Amino acid sequence: MQIPAPFDYERASDVANALALLERHGPESRIIAGGHSLLPMMKLRLARPEWLIDINDLAELEFIRRDGEELRVGALTRHTALLESADVADLFPIIHDAEQVIADPVVRNRGTIGGSLCQADPAEDLSTVCDVLRAQAVIRGPDGERTVPMSDFHRGPYETAVAQNELLYEVRFAIRPRSGSAYEKVERRVGDWAVVAAGAAVGLAADGTVEEAAIGLTAVGLDGTIPEAEAVLLGQQPHEELFVEAARIAAAACHPVDDQRGPVDYKRHLADELTRRVLRRACARAAGAQEG
Amino acid sequence: MTTVQEHAPNPAAGDPGRPIGFGRLQRKEDPRFVRGKGNYLDDIVLPGMLHGAILRAPVAHARLVSIDTSEALAHPGVRAVITGKDLQALNLAWAPTLSADVQAVLVTDKVRFQGQEVAFVVAEDRYAARDALELIDVEYDMLPPVIDARHALDADAPVIRDDIEGRTDNRIFDWEIGDAAETEAVFAAADVVLTQEVVYPRVHPAPMETCGAVADFDPIDGRLTLYETTQAPHAHRTLYAIVAGIPEHKIRIVSPDIGGGFGNKVGIYPGYVLAVVGSIVTGKPVKWVEDRSENLMSTSFARDYIMQGEIAATKEGKILAVRTSVLADHGAFNATAQPTKTPAGFFSIFTGSYDLKAAYCKVTGVYTNKAPGGVAYACSFRVTEAVYLVERMVDILARKLEMDPAELRLKNFIKPEQFPYANKTGWVYDSGNYEPAMRLSMHMAGYEDLRREQREKRERGELMGIGVSFFTETVGAGPRKHFDIVGLGMADGAELRVHPTGKAVVRISVQSQGQGHETTFAQIVAEELGIPPESIDVVHGDTDQTPFGLGTYGSRSTPVSGGAVALVARKVRDKARFIAAAMLETRPEDLEWEKGRWFVKGDPSAGKTIAEIAFGAHGTVALPDGIDGNLDAEVTYDPPNLTFPFGAYICVVDVDAGTGHVKVRRFIAVDDCGTRINPMIIEGQVHGGLTDGVGMALMEIIAFDEDGNCLSGSFMDYLIPTAMEVPDWETGFTVTPSPHHPIGAKGIGESATVGSPPAIVNAIVDALAPYGVTHMDMPCTPARVWEAMQGRARPPV
Repeated sequence: MQIPAPFDYERASDVANALALLERHGPESRIIAGGHSLLPMMKLRLARPEWLIDINDLAELEFIRRDGEELRVGALTRHTALLESADVADLFPIIHDAEQVIADPVVRNRGTIGGSLCQADPAEDLSTVCDVLRAQAVIRGPDGERTVPMSDFHRGPYETAVAQNELLYEVRFAIRPRSGSAYEKVERRVGDWAVVAAGAAVGLAADGTVEEAAIGLTAVGLDGTIPEAEAVLLGQQPHEELFVEAARIAAAACHPVDDQRGPVDYKRHLADELTRRVLRRACARAAGAQEG
Repeated sequence: MTTVQEHAPNPAAGDPGRPIGFGRLQRKEDPRFVRGKGNYLDDIVLPGMLHGAILRAPVAHARLVSIDTSEALAHPGVRAVITGKDLQALNLAWAPTLSADVQAVLVTDKVRFQGQEVAFVVAEDRYAARDALELIDVEYDMLPPVIDARHALDADAPVIRDDIEGRTDNRIFDWEIGDAAETEAVFAAADVVLTQEVVYPRVHPAPMETCGAVADFDPIDGRLTLYETTQAPHAHRTLYAIVAGIPEHKIRIVSPDIGGGFGNKVGIYPGYVLAVVGSIVTGKPVKWVEDRSENLMSTSFARDYIMQGEIAATKEGKILAVRTSVLADHGAFNATAQPTKTPAGFFSIFTGSYDLKAAYCKVTGVYTNKAPGGVAYACSFRVTEAVYLVERMVDILARKLEMDPAELRLKNFIKPEQFPYANKTGWVYDSGNYEPAMRLSMHMAGYEDLRREQREKRERGELMGIGVSFFTETVGAGPRKHFDIVGLGMADGAELRVHPTGKAVVRISVQSQGQGHETTFAQIVAEELGIPPESIDVVHGDTDQTPFGLGTYGSRSTPVSGGAVALVARKVRDKARFIAAAMLETRPEDLEWEKGRWFVKGDPSAGKTIAEIAFGAHGTVALPDGIDGNLDAEVTYDPPNLTFPFGAYICVVDVDAGTGHVKVRRFIAVDDCGTRINPMIIEGQVHGGLTDGVGMALMEIIAFDEDGNCLSGSFMDYLIPTAMEVPDWETGFTVTPSPHHPIGAKGIGESATVGSPPAIVNAIVDALAPYGVTHMDMPCTPARVWEAMQGRARPPV
């Protein structure tokens, strides 16, 4: 049994109460949802919060709701719920792709989208997914609610726009016609962090040319998407040469580091290979959506 | 005689699903495990029990300057803080290892590996104990570490073991076997000679349950009761008597349910000794249970062999000789658990399953600034490394000669009529019939179809590999004249009592860590006495309750203790004949045995069952002279030879050419462990071992950085396989009984761990053939596979 440093614990009754508890206990308090990132770090004494504020009772944060031209996902929505949602699979196949390779069923049953985003691990899959889908994060705090685009949400490894006294409330995804998206990851073993993963989303114009494109990479030192790679596709009919060129640019843009998962050149190769794969799949899906 | 027939259930059992004796039978121990009613070490709670925690060194090599424990002692709930200096006063700072070395219980002079034990806190609960560790102030004076075994013998390498008088380098031993000159002559005359460095990286057994102990020292009568996660309770008792000076009759070792051992729980760890010291010091029972990181970083690792392999053959594919020179990384203390006379374990079985003209091997063991241990993880005393080396070399030869690897093996097998077969390094293989096993595995795999599919896929640029391995295992040590551990001969005892109503209890000296002893050993008695397995209790794991013996490791339970149990049951059966004769008022020689009863020859209706005889033995029947009034017996079994199980494995992999990711698509395992006692348990052992093999082949390694920091100290970094990485196992079997074992059984516990890594790596190398790859070392992670495809395969260390 691994034993964390001493801490105190409170269970929040609603969002307002959670915010009040954060205010009361100050900078050494941390929100806990699924706990699958925080608890291992606490057991290894890498994280030592003095207070844990448990939001697992906050059913108001657990929803997947189609609202006009947006899909709204509550921060406490479990990975399993995202994986099992027909709306998600239909509208944002990249989420479905990613959820299939996030950890294992035990973790997915407890882990949440909000926890994943707020943990902001550099190898976190949903961060890339939300970047690529150009999602909006809705954050609540003592001064009310604010909406932050994903491009402003990430502030580097383990850092986000959510202040200590704030709570991620929901994530909003814009629904676009003739769109497709995909995610693929290489891992040493199921449940391991990504060696590298890539995500892509495209929106096609009525004539089949690429109107919108987003490309993101996981675990290679990038924040946000890769505009110079995306630019290659814009206004063009999707085809393999473009994918190759965009992937080449994406691979050149990333900053992998050598570690137990692989050397820099391999990771750069994967960035290239996986970008091509997800672009192919995202475009095929978009074309399919167009026909449908 | 080889057969593919299973033992039929005994119709006398009434229910054909419940054999009396050998056959498929659900494990007797499982109801308590599946209902969460197992009693593991950490379930033990004694009145007034305190909790221990170990402060471990954060660095790999450093002189200890000072330790200040005052703040920790002042922490609420802390009862004692023990340092190396305290142990020195008790003459307990150093303890003998299982390999004639000593190991520090707590650091006194310098730290020799990251994670080494520095101080021990005893507190009222485990939280206080753990928190107090952070209050101990230690000052270290850093020393340059020796991490790469290849540089351990460099002239300027720091001497790790300066505690040993007169030591000037890091060499532990040089050991050789085989005829060097004869081997050189064969190599010189051979058509084909191939060489390859083959590395078996450091891996960890990683049992689900970590190691721990609860020590309860009674200061009034000087008696020590020690609950431990141990695979060898009796050997431990003797060692504690020697180490701690507590008389052996005052020591009771209890090994409760064990959640996996794989060799990790053979040795005595500092934590066990510290729990004992903690109990002596505080006068209370003390529990110490390590956490996962402690288990991975400080307890017995496995492998860590750098092998220079050589193979000589004719151009027609007749293998003539093998030769190797090995650099063995033993870590900071030589704490390898293995027989005294074989410092490289049974590695000299690296001649494999082939009829060779010559063989020679040389092993050099070195100290490094890494955790001690070795010979763990279901390795059959280094048969794992040996089989991996020879099976890689044979595949490299097949590639060179452009021969099919299965055909090359078939061409070189030891023939059935050559058994018992004396190999070139001193082993006498008891029995074997290799070709039928190889052919069966090829048939199950659809070998020709697989090769056809592979050709088609290669034309499309898809990477599919088919890997073959054939292994011969070496398990069941003794005989005691050849094999001992710290002087204790490797034999095992058994005691059998049949109660008056015909129910029995058999007490054994080996300890289950999940192997199903409570079922298997009941079935052996059932087979011999003809009473149902459910009427037989198997007692193990408590030195006060069981006869002396060396314990469970090296797949020795069935070969050694299984022999003891069969013989003790036969002794009871023989005694029953005399008692039955008295009851039937006839002569013993006029009686005939059928399973479960003695009856009068020619008059089957006149007979007595074992239950009737047991009641007679304890009843009022007049017994013949020399027959006492019970139906009990005991034996100690010293096996005349080891047993040599074997198997033919075929693995099919698909490799993603774009990412290097390996998928094990199929795995066919044909095992021959001689007589099959419980096929269900055998299959379970094989499934587990194959899964181990996938782990080692694809992902497992205990890695270090250049400063000696362990990079694999949690399951986030030390990967073990999940259900997603393994295919549906396809198992088959042949039966070639051991000629010398009482029931013809061989061991099975480690066969699959030994045999599967080469099959998987051979399959991966085969898949990468279009890239000119002839060898790559484990673990075959996506990155390492991709590097091999780029022509940059590199050793993992």
